[in-house]
Amino acid sequence: MTKPILNPKLFDKDVEQIPTRNGYGDGLVEIGKQDERIVVLTGDLAESTRAHLFQKEFPNRFVECGVAEQNMMGVAAGLAFSGKIPFVSSYAVFVPGRNWDQLRVSVCYGNANVKVAGAHAGISVGPDGATHQALEDIAITRVLPNLTVIVPCDYYETKKATIALAKMKGPAYFRFAREKTPVITTDKTPFKIGEAIVMREGKDVTIAACGPLVYEALVAAEELSKSGVSCEVLNCHTLKPFDEDTLIKSVKKTGCVVTVEEHQITGGLGGAVAETLGRNLPAPIEMVGMPNSFGESGEPSELLKKYGMTSKDIVKAVKKVTKRA
Amino acid sequence: MASANPFHPDPSTQAGLEQIANSIRQDIIAALVEAKSGHSAGPLGMADIFTALYFRVLRIDPNRPDWSERDRVVLSNAHICPVLYATLAQRGFCSREEFLTRLRKIGSPFQGHSNNHFGIGIETCGGPLGQGLSQAVGMALAARMDQARWKTVCLMSDGELDEGQSWEAFMLAGKERLHNLTAVIDRNNIQIDGYTEDIMPLEPLADKFRAFNWHVIEIDGHNMEEILDAFSFADTIYEKPTVIIAHTIPGKGVSFMERKFEWHGKPPNPDEARLALKELRTLGGKIQSEHE
Repeated sequence: MTKPILNPKLFDKDVEQIPTRNGYGDGLVEIGKQDERIVVLTGDLAESTRAHLFQKEFPNRFVECGVAEQNMMGVAAGLAFSGKIPFVSSYAVFVPGRNWDQLRVSVCYGNANVKVAGAHAGISVGPDGATHQALEDIAITRVLPNLTVIVPCDYYETKKATIALAKMKGPAYFRFAREKTPVITTDKTPFKIGEAIVMREGKDVTIAACGPLVYEALVAAEELSKSGVSCEVLNCHTLKPFDEDTLIKSVKKTGCVVTVEEHQITGGLGGAVAETLGRNLPAPIEMVGMPNSFGESGEPSELLKKYGMTSKDIVKAVKKVTKRA
Repeated sequence: MASANPFHPDPSTQAGLEQIANSIRQDIIAALVEAKSGHSAGPLGMADIFTALYFRVLRIDPNRPDWSERDRVVLSNAHICPVLYATLAQRGFCSREEFLTRLRKIGSPFQGHSNNHFGIGIETCGGPLGQGLSQAVGMALAARMDQARWKTVCLMSDGELDEGQSWEAFMLAGKERLHNLTAVIDRNNIQIDGYTEDIMPLEPLADKFRAFNWHVIEIDGHNMEEILDAFSFADTIYEKPTVIIAHTIPGKGVSFMERKFEWHGKPPNPDEARLALKELRTLGGKIQSEHE
């Protein structure tokens, strides 16, 4: 196993923070320079999805669809059938929230080489409130045949995912956050679609996390190590196809799991882990995530605290699951 | 021409095209009765337009369904796919025998709604209404980006114009001035629950399209000359996309099916099929058929 390269300043108070969506914009520009087939679409959200960075460089390969997400998904399918590699850029609550049928039929059933980017995902969108907090997107994409689903953990991983998805043939969905979040990895950390990364080795409990909350998982693991609990932290960036082998190997060692995600606890990473272990290696699971409720307005940190998705909540879940193991 | 076609009609003549359309209608009936489910009215109503497209208008090659310079067809109201299958089979893209016996059967390329999985010249997957024009817009945009000469034709029903997505796509195509895109509306005035003007009125339809910055042509969708003229006229419009409102008779060619929305979504039983085939073969009793 290659040891992942983590940001050496990860646990510093002034750890560098960059929004993951910036990784999308920078990744689009980089791959856009290499591959003329890359086309970017948006539904009146060029700047906030960072698609505008691509628009500036390649105006002829940018399609402004207006506030019409159903059409945008179909247009992307048509572009893909004609040899383009389209990236659909919007907020995760709208894409795939508003055009799931188009994603299912035009894109997934047709196996169109479309990449769907859901920005402003998770509760950390904050003040915009419940309507704009995508907490169901992983569940509704993970069930679709042919679709790859990725939740990158930081700026660098989002950039790498953008480029890797452009090079991969087939439909994909990936999501990012609005807020600045800690830079967990470096530009040298390996990233391969479908392969979870062991961010920290341990023997007492497996913490399977995805997205920017991987940081909270690492902080919790560091905290727990002080009281002698050894946590193995997995960065499960690819939700589908899910890396069952890495999870099973880890849980064989630890005997229990805590899942961590900015998503409803049903149908997302928690669901993927439960399905995998239920079929292969039944083990106690605790799930840290949105507890089957809608969010509300508030500061991101307040919301993560209120709905139980901080490192403290992960510590509590670890204590609970290890007692059950 | 495909040797499977017993008539060997000449598609360069109007009479030849009409003969082919009649033959396609017979194949639709034969396949539907074998399938025991499926849609009758829409496929029969669009047989003339499909014939004109595949035997005259489109630049296509049955031996190379993935030829990069081919014209693209998107069937948006994919429930009328029996007419697409029958036409593709007669044009030599796939087996006519298999279509006649395997429509809607397990493992068959002739699924209940058309898809792009079998390499027989079908570009997209359809079924849920309102999705086709968006895909056609994407194709037309791609062709423009590549400065390619192929064109895109999207076939739609009038009923599916109830779907908001259709209008999103009309809006974007108008904005982008996609002159390499032609939409054809099967204006047969029926949908599942009744007549379109009762279910959800569409008129004034031509005005709506004009307001969305499309060029509008209205034709008799069973008049071969008007059909061919409309497609060639569409090629001359450079500043905007063209929509052809093709007024058709649902169930065209089978008198007991014509204009009846009850025939939207059901196949003929064997007795009805026999009557329908007799009517088509004898052109409604005008000529003798060797089958009788």
